[in-house]
Amino acid sequence: MTITELRVPAAQVTGRSPWQLAWGRLRTDRVALASAIVIVVLVTLAVCAPLIAAWNGHGPDDQFRDTGITPEGLPVPPGGEFWFGTDRLGRDLFIRVLFGARVSLLVGVVATGMASIVGVVIGLLAGFYGGVVDVILSRLIDVVLSFPYLIFAIAAVSIVGPSLAATVFVIAFYSWAAIARIVRGQTLSIKEREYVEAARSLGASDGRIMFIDILPNLLAPVIVLVTLLIPAAIVFESTLSYLGLGITPPTPSWGNLLSEAQGFYRVAWWYLTLPALTLLLTTLAFNLLGDGIRDAIDPRTERIFSRRRKKK
Amino acid sequence: MPLVEMTDLVKHFPVNEGTLLKRTVGQVHAVDGVSLTLRQGETLGLVGETGCGKSTLARCLAGLHPVTSGRIVFAGRDITNLSRKAMRPVRREVQMIFQDPYGSLNPRRRVGSIIADPLVIHKIPGDRRKAVQDLMERVGLNPEHYNRFPAEFSGGQRQRIGVARALALRPKLIICDEPVSALDVSIQAQILNLLKDLQDEFGLTYLFIAHDLQVVRHVSDRIAVMYLGKIAELAPDLYEHPLHPYTNALLSATAVADPDARRRRIILRGDVPSPIAPPSGCRFHPRCPKARELCAQQEPRLEGNSHQFSCHFPVRPGGSL
Repeated sequence: MTITELRVPAAQVTGRSPWQLAWGRLRTDRVALASAIVIVVLVTLAVCAPLIAAWNGHGPDDQFRDTGITPEGLPVPPGGEFWFGTDRLGRDLFIRVLFGARVSLLVGVVATGMASIVGVVIGLLAGFYGGVVDVILSRLIDVVLSFPYLIFAIAAVSIVGPSLAATVFVIAFYSWAAIARIVRGQTLSIKEREYVEAARSLGASDGRIMFIDILPNLLAPVIVLVTLLIPAAIVFESTLSYLGLGITPPTPSWGNLLSEAQGFYRVAWWYLTLPALTLLLTTLAFNLLGDGIRDAIDPRTERIFSRRRKKK
Repeated sequence: MPLVEMTDLVKHFPVNEGTLLKRTVGQVHAVDGVSLTLRQGETLGLVGETGCGKSTLARCLAGLHPVTSGRIVFAGRDITNLSRKAMRPVRREVQMIFQDPYGSLNPRRRVGSIIADPLVIHKIPGDRRKAVQDLMERVGLNPEHYNRFPAEFSGGQRQRIGVARALALRPKLIICDEPVSALDVSIQAQILNLLKDLQDEFGLTYLFIAHDLQVVRHVSDRIAVMYLGKIAELAPDLYEHPLHPYTNALLSATAVADPDARRRRIILRGDVPSPIAPPSGCRFHPRCPKARELCAQQEPRLEGNSHQFSCHFPVRPGGSL
């Protein structure tokens, strides 16, 4: 048989990249898809929060002393005018949750983004160069991971004062080490592959090998880790804000909304419950999406309670 | 002038112990004094068991491992342990084809960009896509598939991709490190014939490494046998007149495509000794059926002109072990 006979017209077979294959698998995962929809809706609402506030005339800091507070001076329950009810000062809780989402999502995404850039670069350098570089960077990772993070965060914030930037930096400082450790491990194994040796025999520079040959093979675990770190960062931000160390009022964030609501849970259930549920829904959606992406990228892993397994 | 001249090439790998403070506790004598020449346009077959140092030798020649001692001269130029920058022009002339058609192609990159890699790295001007498609055509791949991923090709096709990559810079020497041992027998012949055609067309010189004696016999002009980091025997007609007892034992182990053929197999005693502590004298003496006292004491030199061998008591033509 000659080679020409083996050829198939290009139109019949469409090349599918590993990413396209992963997307195809992700599309059939209903849990991940639902999570993605939740996240998209939430992000859209957060982005459009000022528009929604303008539309119903409830600014995030506007106090409605006539309609938003009962004659006894208590918050108003959810209803037609205030969907999530009001808070202790008669502000629209729904609008404040949306504005809080802006802060929480921004902190989560920015902190995780910074952490992944730092983590990937440090992990790549440690894994690729090995030796002394690896010893120094790995010990640095160990040190960061062994910090008691809340105590460190409290100390750091009490020095520089609570602010959005301080919150982002504190969270990023904690998250990069986990990424760096994973990237280092993967780099150690990938740099021994023959295609890296092939690149080296062609005379490729270290930078080219790291970023063109190794990095694309690391993206899958990093993407999974990032989708799992974003909710962790959101929870971390809420923790800090709850303790008064993150975002300070009147700027709403999910953490300080919960903090304010503490004294009211007996008389106004919505005040604590609705922001808490939003936080829960968000972190759950990110975590389930992360699981889904991991399954889609690496079909060998299977969730224990996978629906697909039950079908078999 | 030979294209490549390796003189007393030695490559030792340190054996380290300890996690934080490493200390060297021994040396793996992977290549231990090999002198080998490659003539322009020939195919030199290099055979030997796993771990005998043939791949290490190839990687030293390709500049992937620094050499412990010895000299490598390529096209009249000493390329032993050149700096990265000084090695760059040499890398254009020396290319490599790897054993594993699955491991040697980056799974996350498209075939076109893999084959274009040498052109990009060495900043070759011109229409790269055209160059890549010409290469794909030449090695028997459909040029329209340049946008595909390695996973969409069969093992044989992947090895063709590896050949195209090695060919991209029009090198003088291609080191083939077990290029067909991972392929089905039916595909092996296709790749071997492709390599042969390319050699005729581009005047390539091959260092062809394999452990399959029949494959090496099919492609090689001269064949070298390696044992524990040293050349045991080197000859153009090795299969007809093996002189070294180790070569005889190796040849007796090859399968013959004739079920009725009667042959005597030479079964060697013991295992290959550790390259960390190679035996004294002749490295083969603990396993050699012909070994005498001298073999344990004095190391035989590689002697002869066209037919070189390193043995005190070679097997004479017609004689037996």
